[in-house]
Amino acid sequence: MEREANVLIIGGGVSGTGLAYNLAKLGVEGIVLLERNYLGSGASGRCGGGARQQWTTEENVKFMKKSIEILERLPQELKFNILFRQSGYLFLARDEEQLNLLKENVRLHRKLGVETRFLDAEEAREIVPVLNTEGILGATYNPKDGVLFPFALVWGYAKAAKRLGAKIYLHTEARGFKIENGRIKSVFTDKGEIKVKEWVVNAAGAYSKELARKAGVELPNKPYRHEIMVTEPLKLFIKPMVVDLSNGLYMTQTSRGEVIGGIGDPEEESSYNLESGHKFLYLFSRAAIRVIPILKEIRLMRQWAGLYDTTPDKNPILGPVDEVENFLQINGYSGHGLMMAPYATQLLAELIAYGKPSESIERFSIRRFREGEIKAEKAVIG
Amino acid sequence: MRFKNRIFVCLCEDVTLEDVLKAIEDGNDDIESLKRATGVGTGICQGKYCLNHLARILAERTGKSLNEVGLPKARPPTKPVKLGVFAKLEG
Repeated sequence: MEREANVLIIGGGVSGTGLAYNLAKLGVEGIVLLERNYLGSGASGRCGGGARQQWTTEENVKFMKKSIEILERLPQELKFNILFRQSGYLFLARDEEQLNLLKENVRLHRKLGVETRFLDAEEAREIVPVLNTEGILGATYNPKDGVLFPFALVWGYAKAAKRLGAKIYLHTEARGFKIENGRIKSVFTDKGEIKVKEWVVNAAGAYSKELARKAGVELPNKPYRHEIMVTEPLKLFIKPMVVDLSNGLYMTQTSRGEVIGGIGDPEEESSYNLESGHKFLYLFSRAAIRVIPILKEIRLMRQWAGLYDTTPDKNPILGPVDEVENFLQINGYSGHGLMMAPYATQLLAELIAYGKPSESIERFSIRRFREGEIKAEKAVIG
Repeated sequence: MRFKNRIFVCLCEDVTLEDVLKAIEDGNDDIESLKRATGVGTGICQGKYCLNHLARILAERTGKSLNEVGLPKARPPTKPVKLGVFAKLEG
């Protein structure tokens, strides 16, 4: 194993592998990535695989638009098929408040060059013919939104990073830091010490908080369990990601044909629990059958859980911290890391390689939580 | 193994011995990664007919014992169940 790194990345999910790839692409040498389990074993590999531009703040819409543009060209760039299918996101509204949110979104998106369309219930049914339109007041659809196979994105990034010289060590855990004069000098792992010349990057997802604490840095992130399931595989009949705004239900089909979907539980408390429960099965199946009644005849094959690494404003933390001068954060994605990471990892790589990213990431700085005035994202699903 | 492209490890997902060997060579040398890279165990049998084969092949290739290789984490339900059944559960 390498005993020295210029940039040491902790975490082998989409952030860690995406950053390793983007750094290597910019010619940065001495990149070492540590993953304590296997690639994508955290939230990256447990998520639903959605990527959308339909958000409620101008900043997030613009950011995701960039990410989607990257995802469109990534298979060729990485020489790896990430199974990205752009068949849209369909948001459903069941009351006036949700309807107004969707209408505001359409106005915002149009202004930013994102072609979200407002639809009535019948038009929504043209996109998903099995949709039950009862109780649906309106919908929005954006055909550029889509779903991908999360593991493939992680694997594609990792393979390309390795081809360009990055070193990736699996089943290797970062356990502590040697800090002198406010700088991390080395990282202690279960396989020995690695000296760090430039940066250490905390890409540990929901475990970022614990990791940061070992360096004396307190992150405001909290882990929340979110459950998800797949059914038996069927011919494609739910093309877009369907989102019910009334309860946070989301579902689509994977490229293998399984219906994949989840639902948020507002009563879920912060924890590292990853067990699957009965309550989710009840909440999900009731909500899913209401939207697409034929689902009652379809068999659920497998359920699991993952952790949202949630910040107070549901936006990620990107960039340096005040306490330790060479410790970068790329975490706190609050459930939408897979779709932000393509652009976020590019910007962070630029910060490392050039000292300044091509677009400011100041608004993702951890300092915002001390300065107040936070603008929370309202369209967090699941 | 002359006919490894015709030996099926996983009948639900049509995965052959050749597919599995390639995935191991490609660096998927732990059982969880190998399951995801090949799809073995993710079909409607949920691994009941195939995961022991997968573990044995991985053990042979890596020189580890079956115990060290282990099996992927089992996900509920034990067998596929209609969503309509779960919708009738009490919350």
